Amino acid sequence: MSLPIRFILIQNRAGKTRLKLIEEVHAVVTVRDAKHTNFVEFRNFKIIYRRYAGLYFCICVDVTDNNLAYLEGIHNFVEVLNEYFHNVCELDLVFNFYKVYTVVDEMFLAGEIRETSQTKVLKQLLMLQSLE
Amino acid sequence: MSDVVEKTLTALPSLLSLDSQPGSAKLSSTSKLGALIRGITELTSKHEEEKLIQRELASLKDQVSSPNTSMRQMKEAMVRAIYCEMLGYEASFSYIHAIKLAQQGSILDKRVGYLAVTLFLNENHELLLLLVNTVLKPNVPQRYDTCNTPLVEEKLNHPKEIIRRKAVLALYKFYLIAPNQVQHIHNRFRKALCDKDPGVMFASLHIYLQMIKGYKDLTASFVTILKQVVSGKLPMDFNYHSVPAPWLQIQLLRILSILGKNDQSTSEIMYDVLDESLKRAEINHNITYAILYECVKCIYTIYPKTDLLEKAAKCIGNFVLSSKINLKYLGLKALTYVVQQDPKLALQHQMTIIECLDHPDVIIKRETLELLFRITNAQNITVIVEKMLEFLHQSKDDHTTIDLVGKVAEIAEKYPLQTMNTVFSLGGDMIQPDIPNSFLKLLSEGFESEEENKKLRLFAVDSYILLLEGETRNLPQRFLQVISWVLGEYSHLRNDLDPARVMTLLTKLLEMRQTSSETKTWVLMAMTKLCSGEASVSIARSVCEDLSSSMDTVQRQRAHELLLLSQDRALRSQLLPLCSDPEPLEVDSSLSFLDAFVSEALAAGAAPYKPPHQRQEELAQQKALSLEPYELSLPINMSSSCVTGRQSPTLMSVSSGLSGDSAELSHKGGSTTLKLEGVKRVWGREGYLSKKEPVEEVAQAEIPSPLSSPNQHTGASGTSSNTHPPIPTPEPEQEKQQLASSLFVGLGSQSSLCLVRADIYSTQDVPSHSVAVFQYSLSVIRPVVHFEVMGMLSYQSSHKSHEVEFTYKLPLTNFIRPFTVSTEQYGAMWLAFSNDTKQNLNLVTDGQDSLTDTLNVLKGKLNLHIVEIIGMEGIVACRLAQDQPCLLHCHIHAGTLAVWLRSPVPDLPDSLLYHCQRALEGT
Repeated sequence: MSLPIRFILIQNRAGKTRLKLIEEVHAVVTVRDAKHTNFVEFRNFKIIYRRYAGLYFCICVDVTDNNLAYLEGIHNFVEVLNEYFHNVCELDLVFNFYKVYTVVDEMFLAGEIRETSQTKVLKQLLMLQSLE
Repeated sequence: MSDVVEKTLTALPSLLSLDSQPGSAKLSSTSKLGALIRGITELTSKHEEEKLIQRELASLKDQVSSPNTSMRQMKEAMVRAIYCEMLGYEASFSYIHAIKLAQQGSILDKRVGYLAVTLFLNENHELLLLLVNTVLKPNVPQRYDTCNTPLVEEKLNHPKEIIRRKAVLALYKFYLIAPNQVQHIHNRFRKALCDKDPGVMFASLHIYLQMIKGYKDLTASFVTILKQVVSGKLPMDFNYHSVPAPWLQIQLLRILSILGKNDQSTSEIMYDVLDESLKRAEINHNITYAILYECVKCIYTIYPKTDLLEKAAKCIGNFVLSSKINLKYLGLKALTYVVQQDPKLALQHQMTIIECLDHPDVIIKRETLELLFRITNAQNITVIVEKMLEFLHQSKDDHTTIDLVGKVAEIAEKYPLQTMNTVFSLGGDMIQPDIPNSFLKLLSEGFESEEENKKLRLFAVDSYILLLEGETRNLPQRFLQVISWVLGEYSHLRNDLDPARVMTLLTKLLEMRQTSSETKTWVLMAMTKLCSGEASVSIARSVCEDLSSSMDTVQRQRAHELLLLSQDRALRSQLLPLCSDPEPLEVDSSLSFLDAFVSEALAAGAAPYKPPHQRQEELAQQKALSLEPYELSLPINMSSSCVTGRQSPTLMSVSSGLSGDSAELSHKGGSTTLKLEGVKRVWGREGYLSKKEPVEEVAQAEIPSPLSSPNQHTGASGTSSNTHPPIPTPEPEQEKQQLASSLFVGLGSQSSLCLVRADIYSTQDVPSHSVAVFQYSLSVIRPVVHFEVMGMLSYQSSHKSHEVEFTYKLPLTNFIRPFTVSTEQYGAMWLAFSNDTKQNLNLVTDGQDSLTDTLNVLKGKLNLHIVEIIGMEGIVACRLAQDQPCLLHCHIHAGTLAVWLRSPVPDLPDSLLYHCQRALEGT
């Protein structure tokens, strides 16, 4: 029994990477033309990626999964990030990587898309923030 | 990461934030984390980075183990430790502190602790036990999950929806880990499904997707839920780009397709809602396409219903023809999914499929090949295999190669040897070991007829002899093994072949440096079977002399056998009978004859035998403490040399030029590109059937079946345009059509490429020896310049039967009708059509207004409708059938008529353009 989502990766174009897996993903994703599909095969899975400026958001799922659903899942996630960080930029993600984890936790759980409602996620995030 | 994300049923998860700035905070320049990150980004070399991190880790270690560290500092240190681990450096000293942090302190501290724990520990890590046992609210499902279920179950009744939802997902995870342990709470899932909060219901669907088969009775509930979602009954919160809860819809559709599979009565419940979903999903947005795709898949999975299938097919058509590349891909995927049930659908889109074969995006090509693989039949196999092999030539990805080679082998097994040979030489050592085996099995067990078998085997022997006489250096090891076996087993079938000649060829293989020791044993076995006659025996002797001092025990053994058997002919024929005697060998698979030996060895103190899986498990247990994801990257120089090794051919040649013994090693490390290059030279296009042959095959297939009686109406099938001398279509286009016809032969009931559909319109039965009238309505399936209607009439007169063939040529213009639209309608349609073509044509120049004159000529000759003429521009419309329009946009440019044609039907613009050209040439 397996989970649909294997991993989620965010990396930049330069892709200074240290881990083998990330290096491989970077290699397959960055060579692709903007006119190509947003999907690429990776080992026995597939990677669905989307580029926002210099950042690649990659999500690795089973080959049988619905490509567009995850492609839009990425966009939904980015819209939340954008809202949360008020016009998110790469540096926000780098220096606040632990906050990004929080957002991921709110939206994805147990390898599944958990919450898709942006209003709900943001409400929860703001509530957490108010605790400080 | 998904595993790691697993967490938190904590009462109130709180935001993890160290600097007290809001989410939007820009980098905090003062924090230690900020300094660390900035420090690393400024570095230029890996070495410097390593030094910096080691320093950081050392200071972290001091900090976390110091008793004076406050909670706040601890939290901050933990985040830095996470960062170091993210870069691939181990910070194992902090693990235990992460757990401690998760247990104590404020909610915020706990959150950092949990985050660190989930990132640090993999699911077999022993420290997790500690976490599970000591934390007050245990929530990481692990080996001890059963004891947690009651706790989690309790949470299912929690008043807060977010807690209920997380509890459901935790149970889902339990289910994945140990399905039997949660059986008793299945009714809880049902309760979650009926939860008043849609979020909790959504979460429960994950569980149902896994175990839905036992819940047929819930079909109606799922249908009701989907109906409500589709019609927008959910709160606005769930809308995504104004589509109501799309991911929820997708999940529900997946569940429905599992429920309705092979079950008519269940499927009937869902027809309505599926129809509704198709209708609702009309907004032009990726997410609606995602829903449509799932819907189409569902419709094709459940018990079929005609009008739904038609709608779904149309939907797939729209995907395939879309100019958006992602949609095209999805369309191909959907086609692949449905093509076995509905091969005609692939037929409809054959030209698009052909175009996709040459698409610059690899994944589209791959999917197209997948699609072709599904429609392989006896007539198109050669072309499809050729396409797959072409792809293999270019492929650099191991997974793709393995997958594709497997597929080629699967379809080629039933087919000529040439294909198999090409496969072996191209796929090379990537081939799974069972493929050559099954090929050899096929060769030895053979087909029904003995004659056929002999022919195949002789052919194999001939082609392999020919191969070995050429350059053998680049042949993959597995292929050489196959060759050796075949030659050893069957070369005696060819009577005029001197065994000594074969022996000499085989000796050449033994002497080659590249030949692996495994292959050498195969070669020696073959020689043992072969050596008869003076010359062979002397060859065998010299070979044995060389090898009797070999370092390889198996080779020495084989050489020894060869030597002995070559001298004792009687023994040899007894041991290795010629294959004409197909008596099956009896094998004692329990190896009972070894029992005595085993018990003796055990008595002498040998360790008892452990099966491989048990050994593996023990190995894995020993490894339990190490963190696997990071292992690979730790020795930096190693990982970098690995990279260059994969890519640089120069490095390869150095290593392969070491010594004889390294031959095998260098083969393993050798990249596929190296070999493929060499192989290409030997195995070019000549290696398999040349392009012409399949096309000829097609021409035969197109001859319509003769009629048996005049009462039966003929299947008046048209032929593709390439049989006509006046071919207006440009060369590449024609090639594509040829390719199409060779790829799609044998699909559908017509079993030939049919461009026109003939529906019987009316028949008139007339008494004997007079005239019978048949009327057909012809409708165009695929436009070409000319259609040829072929038919065969057979009749009987004075007890003899006659057959008369007739053909009739119809230009496309016979099918063209004027299409009356308004300028507005024209404008809307123009934007929606994807197939277009442009060309400059002659103007009719003898009148006052050359544009109007020219258009009038076209109108008169081709039966077009002139929509409007404004100044130098004119728009014209026509149609083939009700829904197959073609729009023309004409304007005068530099003394010619620039025409731009657009249509939703592929090829219609091109074919029509040809007739426009002809119509104007005559003036």
